[in-house]
Amino acid sequence: MGIIAFDKTAGCPSGLQAVPIKETDPLGNQIDLSSYVVSRGDGTQEIDLIVQGAHCGGCLSKIERGISELPGVSTARMNLSTLKLHVDWSGTEVGPNTLIQTLSNMGYGAAPYEISTSQRQSRHELKSLLRAMAVAGFAAINVMLLSVAVWSGGGEMQASTHTIFHWISAMIALPAVAYAGQPFFRSAWAALKNKRTNMDVPISLAVFLACGLSLYETIKGNPDTYFDAAVMLLFLLLIGRYLDAKLRLKTGEAAQRLAAMQTTSATRIEPNGSLETIPIRQVVPDDTILIPAGQRIPVDGIILTGRSEIDTHIATGETVPSLSGPEDMIYAGMINLTAPLTMKVVSAHSDSFLSEITKLVEIGEQGKSNFVKIADRAARAYVPVVHSLAALTFIGWLFVGAELRPAALNAIAVLIITCPCALGLAVPAVQIVASGRLFKHGILIKSGDALERLAKTRHVIFDKTGTLTSGIFTLDNAADISAAHLEIAAALAAQSRHPIAKALHPFSGAISAQDVEEIAGVGLRCQVNSQRVTFGAFKNTQSFISSGVSSESWLQIGDDPPICFKFSDTVRDDTQQTLKELDSIGLTLEMLSGDEKNVTASVAQMLGIKKFKGGIAPKEKQTILYQRLSEARYPLMVGDGINDAPALAAAYSSASLATASDISRSASDIILQGDKLSGLPKAIKIARQAQNRVKENLGIAVIYNMIAVPLAVFGFVNPLIAALAMSGSSLIVTLNALRMLKS
Amino acid sequence: MTALLWLIPIALVLGSLGLVAFFWAVRSGQFDDEKGNAVRILMGDDKPLYEKDDA
Repeated sequence: MGIIAFDKTAGCPSGLQAVPIKETDPLGNQIDLSSYVVSRGDGTQEIDLIVQGAHCGGCLSKIERGISELPGVSTARMNLSTLKLHVDWSGTEVGPNTLIQTLSNMGYGAAPYEISTSQRQSRHELKSLLRAMAVAGFAAINVMLLSVAVWSGGGEMQASTHTIFHWISAMIALPAVAYAGQPFFRSAWAALKNKRTNMDVPISLAVFLACGLSLYETIKGNPDTYFDAAVMLLFLLLIGRYLDAKLRLKTGEAAQRLAAMQTTSATRIEPNGSLETIPIRQVVPDDTILIPAGQRIPVDGIILTGRSEIDTHIATGETVPSLSGPEDMIYAGMINLTAPLTMKVVSAHSDSFLSEITKLVEIGEQGKSNFVKIADRAARAYVPVVHSLAALTFIGWLFVGAELRPAALNAIAVLIITCPCALGLAVPAVQIVASGRLFKHGILIKSGDALERLAKTRHVIFDKTGTLTSGIFTLDNAADISAAHLEIAAALAAQSRHPIAKALHPFSGAISAQDVEEIAGVGLRCQVNSQRVTFGAFKNTQSFISSGVSSESWLQIGDDPPICFKFSDTVRDDTQQTLKELDSIGLTLEMLSGDEKNVTASVAQMLGIKKFKGGIAPKEKQTILYQRLSEARYPLMVGDGINDAPALAAAYSSASLATASDISRSASDIILQGDKLSGLPKAIKIARQAQNRVKENLGIAVIYNMIAVPLAVFGFVNPLIAALAMSGSSLIVTLNALRMLKS
Repeated sequence: MTALLWLIPIALVLGSLGLVAFFWAVRSGQFDDEKGNAVRILMGDDKPLYEKDDA
């Protein structure tokens, strides 16, 4: 047995993550998933599945072993970064349904996965950037080796040795530049074709001219070449490009994860009363559908018959289920907890609530992509200035009577020495150091520009349940209740999915309740020791009365007087402190909740938040975010539920907790590990500090140019000075970024 | 000086070998799942290295 043991219990063996809800097909019917299976010539078949609930090495080991044990399976390979499982098998004993069922038995949700073309393309681009970086690195090391020999050889080296070294450098550098420079050349060409310029235009031009000039000088046998500068430039810039592309790919996978959260089948009631299991893609409006207790609701619809408690967490973010009956609207992704329902379908799968959320998130993320990074803003000012300077140098030297060659040499020297090496490093260096510091404090940041946006925050908007409060109910008055009563209540609660019932799980003992009946909106009822026991509603009052953040339930045994159990959704330990700190660094606070208005108000009052709004839908949250954006408040949204995802995506910057839903974490810029809100003020402080360092670094780059450019313009720059100036300025900028580690 | 005639080619060949190895690693998907690969090393095999011979 390895260090990580193979665990037979359901879900993540570490126990850190909740077991996802099990999708069961009530009739045991097989749905045809064969369109997702790829058959290869030799009789083997393969499929890609997206797995929900896999988080650690234990999960990976468990899934791979469990699937490999199935008859006919030759390979099962789980990718923990993309949460994708690839399975190869042969024979008819195994099919997509058996694979999904096996995963479900192990405690993981799974769905067939189709990789989108755009995603495939960005994965491909990432790999080619990695290869380009390796080639540039190889060339930079070898050319630099030869260049150092030429510089330090100085007067002693003979002209013929110079020339040989230059030729070797040329043979390394030219193919390397042709290969590794492609990302820049293509982007520059695309920009020029559209009559625009970007950062890649001066980069490409400088690299082209440096290589062309160096080749010419090599052929002529002259002593000065710039091959080293060209490849070093490409190498440094490619490192930044690769890291950036990787961060972007990660965020792009947000929407795909939703696939694993949706059910794949629905049970349709035919006009003649028979039941049929169909894939949810085939569900159309006006169909009648049966939803057994414990199942996720497949599409949006209106309840026809039955009353049940519905877990609406996905839509409202609330942990307390709501009681729904005929005429009530229920949405895809919610869970039917207590009793079977029939419902009339209102919208097809592609228009359902979950799909709507996905669309809203995408719209929000597009808005964010309009953000112009500080480096790009600097580049826009930089390009015209540098190019006119180079042109002026060329004309100026001709004007004072210089030959064509020295005039061209000096103009090219201006382009090379001003090539934005320091500018290209100034920002990423700070961002890498800052994200390292954030990581130490348990804060993950998803992209460099997120740091820039976070630094501008002036207004913080919180979700209530699960963010400011823990979203988990605890029993408040355990001390007042006798152990025997606690145990009976726990035995009943063990049979229920209700979130309040979960609070009683720690008190369970030897007693087990049989034939527990769960009555929607009333509570649990059963027989213990031939006595009738009810837990939940008191007389005719509604079960689990919700007032503020606390609820009450009653236990009645036989004809004894009922016993009160008090539960509350506790405010997080560090909430008050965090809010105080945020206030002290000059931020305004607001709370938006999907919970009822009076509950929201009482929590806001308790926490001292003056601005709040309750009872709002995910789309309204997003609308409010847009409103704050238009007021130039640079809002930071903090949330956890799927209902917060559109708002998180729309916010100027956003944060979620590590236990938040997948889609919320994907839509957020920063993730607070260890479920602690207290990281938030720290993150903002570090982001502000990083922003100051970036500005300093840009200042250094400007000073460097003010010294280097006149030298180049007046013809004092040779390859040694260019290399020294370039690496020197890069070094200063990097050291300044590292200064952040200390403070 | 003649040492350079073989030292430089050797340096270049060794460097290229490293580059080829890196290309192979990228192509075989070794950079596709950093998170998974990091934990894979901790996973032991249940099977013994050698089958026990009872005979």
